[in-house]
Amino acid sequence: MGVIILLLGASLAVALGFLAAFIWSVKHGQFEDDFSPAHRILFEDRQANKND
Amino acid sequence: MSDTMQTQLACFHCGQDCHGSPIVMAEKTFCCEGCKIVYEILHQHNLCEYYDLNAQPGVNQRMQVRKDKFAFLDDEKVQQHLIRYKDAEQAHVTFYLPQIHCSSCLWLLENLHKLNRGVLRVTVNFSKKEARVIYHPAQTSLREVAEALTSVGYEPYISLNDMQEKKPRIQRKLVYQLGVAGFCFGNIMLLSFPEYFSGSGHTDAAMNNMFRYMNLALSLPVFFYSAQAFYKSAWAGLKHGFLNIDVPIVLAILVTFIRSLTEVAAGQSGYFDSMTGIVFFMLIGRILQEKTYQGLSFDRDYTSYFPIAVSVIKDGKPVPTTLPDIKTNDTLLIHHQELIPADGIISRGEALIDYSFVTGEAAPVTKSVGEIVYAGGRQMGSNIEVLTIKEVAQSYLTSLWNRDELQKKDDRNVSFVHLLSQYFTWVVLLIAVVTAAVWAVKDPSRIWPSVTAILIIACPCALLLASSFTNGHILRILSRHKLYLRNAQSIENLANTTHIVFDKTGTLMGKSGTEVRYFGNTLSPAQEMMISSLAAQSTHPLSNAINNYCGNSSQHPVKDFKEYEGKGISGWIEDQYIRMGSAEFVGIPRSDEHDGSIVYVGFNGAPTGLFTVRNGYRPGIRSMLETIRNHYTLSVLSGDNTREAASLRILMGSSATLRFEQKPADKLDYIIQLQQQGEKVLMIGDGLNDAGALRQSDTGISVAESANNFTPASDGIIEAQQLIMLPAFIRLCKANRHIVIVSFLMSLAYNITGLYFAVQAMLSPLVAAILMPASSISIILLTWSMSEAYGKRLSDKGFQRMPDKNHV
Repeated sequence: MGVIILLLGASLAVALGFLAAFIWSVKHGQFEDDFSPAHRILFEDRQANKND
Repeated sequence: MSDTMQTQLACFHCGQDCHGSPIVMAEKTFCCEGCKIVYEILHQHNLCEYYDLNAQPGVNQRMQVRKDKFAFLDDEKVQQHLIRYKDAEQAHVTFYLPQIHCSSCLWLLENLHKLNRGVLRVTVNFSKKEARVIYHPAQTSLREVAEALTSVGYEPYISLNDMQEKKPRIQRKLVYQLGVAGFCFGNIMLLSFPEYFSGSGHTDAAMNNMFRYMNLALSLPVFFYSAQAFYKSAWAGLKHGFLNIDVPIVLAILVTFIRSLTEVAAGQSGYFDSMTGIVFFMLIGRILQEKTYQGLSFDRDYTSYFPIAVSVIKDGKPVPTTLPDIKTNDTLLIHHQELIPADGIISRGEALIDYSFVTGEAAPVTKSVGEIVYAGGRQMGSNIEVLTIKEVAQSYLTSLWNRDELQKKDDRNVSFVHLLSQYFTWVVLLIAVVTAAVWAVKDPSRIWPSVTAILIIACPCALLLASSFTNGHILRILSRHKLYLRNAQSIENLANTTHIVFDKTGTLMGKSGTEVRYFGNTLSPAQEMMISSLAAQSTHPLSNAINNYCGNSSQHPVKDFKEYEGKGISGWIEDQYIRMGSAEFVGIPRSDEHDGSIVYVGFNGAPTGLFTVRNGYRPGIRSMLETIRNHYTLSVLSGDNTREAASLRILMGSSATLRFEQKPADKLDYIIQLQQQGEKVLMIGDGLNDAGALRQSDTGISVAESANNFTPASDGIIEAQQLIMLPAFIRLCKANRHIVIVSFLMSLAYNITGLYFAVQAMLSPLVAAILMPASSISIILLTWSMSEAYGKRLSDKGFQRMPDKNHV
């Protein structure tokens, strides 16, 4: 009985964590541009001297 | 024509055909000087990876940008409006760059710092076609950043619209609500499992009780937060005395929640799982249906077309001035290709004004000193000076937007889904009353459980789900075929169309001159070749058209080539001196018997003949019109004169109404007149001259050569070459209604099953928990597969109907 309550609490906490992550990602515009980030990661910096 | 000798050479930068006279540099060919310059700049700055990522990624540079075009960006006031954030270290500005189209663009723009050391960082938002530039204000200026972008082919589009505050376009709240509903729904389902199996005696009563309270707690955010959209819409409907579909849905949500509360208080389980599930699915449908196209805007008004600033001559010097600061009696300096922002009188220079944007009249008009020019015209050729007689906000063009009719498009059109839901609601209420009456006689204690169960099970959410999911799918299928509708209501309006009104120029006819004819002394092949050689030297669209007409064989070297802006071109080929251009320039009396843009030709000072360049009808338009004229009444409203009347009559059929010389207000009035006769009008047009009519009509669709071009406010945007698919599009929109009705009938089957339990007051949470997701998911699957099936037919149709090659 006690352990089930513990597990329930844990599972809810995990789910809440995912909900928070979802809200955070929407807030930071992660769903607004699905092209640039996917391509940006493929560009290599040939000169490798630039630091942003 | 004999142009088979040469193979087609594609420009290394932009991929366009080099038209016989390529510029060769470093073993690479370029179609024009502009493309070559961009390559040189990129090469110098070690940015040639641009060409490695995609072949020929550039945008054609034939149209050169005027050197000090961005001088207005040095103006403090303009900067204030554009710069979002500024301190001593950095300034943030977001530019709209309509040229963005591939990963090369992304790469180049984000490496802008290699081109201009003052730029700190550039972040591209690809779907919005925006670049957010962070630069060091001490090392570079806003103007230099814009010029750096322009130098590599990404000229920022800065319009008067940028002066206004922008609203976020996406309804983020709806997404948050969906997230919360999904979270609560999932966990409630999980916590309800013991309840579902409680019949088999494996459960612990104390634990079950705790789960119920947890469910109750989890349902609160859904009831109070996620379902808000439905409450608002239902309340808005009721306030207008209209029972829309959200009213019975809100009733069902309320009843389910209250009944569940009382059950939990009495030690029973409640229907939290069903309630949250319904809200979750309906929110998905709503988001799907309200999908926005980020790169497109359906709400443009004149401010999106007007520049943010123009040069005003003060004490003999041009000073960049923002549009709202322009007063009457200011002298404006208007350059080649610039828009005249306010009505005025020409005080200096020879104006050649292209009003196609405002009136639809294709040929540019000549205006001399002392004549009035109206806002919205585009100056072609040399610089002119205009003395303003009205402020920008009071001009003829802008006053169009202030007409009362256009202020608000009211909700004249009510979706059939709402009407259907009304019948549905009355039937459900009737069943509830009858059930209550029956139980009142037999067993009064069962009235409450049976009546609430009926309201829970028979809420028209299935109908709402069916319609919102179908609408969402149809919008997606249409957008795959490059018709972008603004919202779900537009689908239905399009399906109900009875009368289709077309604009001529830019809609039925393409915008670029495609039909060239020659009149005069017969040209020998050698002469044709010379004309072609001369025309190839110029980047003017008319020269291009004539070059193509004369066989595109620019073999001869041209000596002493001169281009007189707004007048014509001249040059020596072998021993011949050739002039092409306006009548005065060539020295020929003007001819009034020809239409379209006229280019006169003279050899050695003697007139030879003239070319007419006219807009051609779009390919495939003829068969499209033949299909639809049997089903709809057609009209053509043209801002042009009657010279096309005969060929239009053949195209449109004998029953069509043709009206010419229509001013924007005439077009608007014609639409109103049709609507008063009870017609449902679909207006297809482009340009500002149609803006009023597009707004007024039941469905207004604007035609764009590319979806990212600027289009007036409308219910939809269609890409020009897809216009021939119009009949198929309308058919698909009609199918929308069939799909909704079929899905609705299916959900009725579920409802009747549920009602069977409900009227007996036997609706257990388990039955509700099975019926609800089962019906929702099967409706989603059904609408999806049916709309895909109809959509597939659309693609097949598209392939069958090849555009007919002959122009009319």
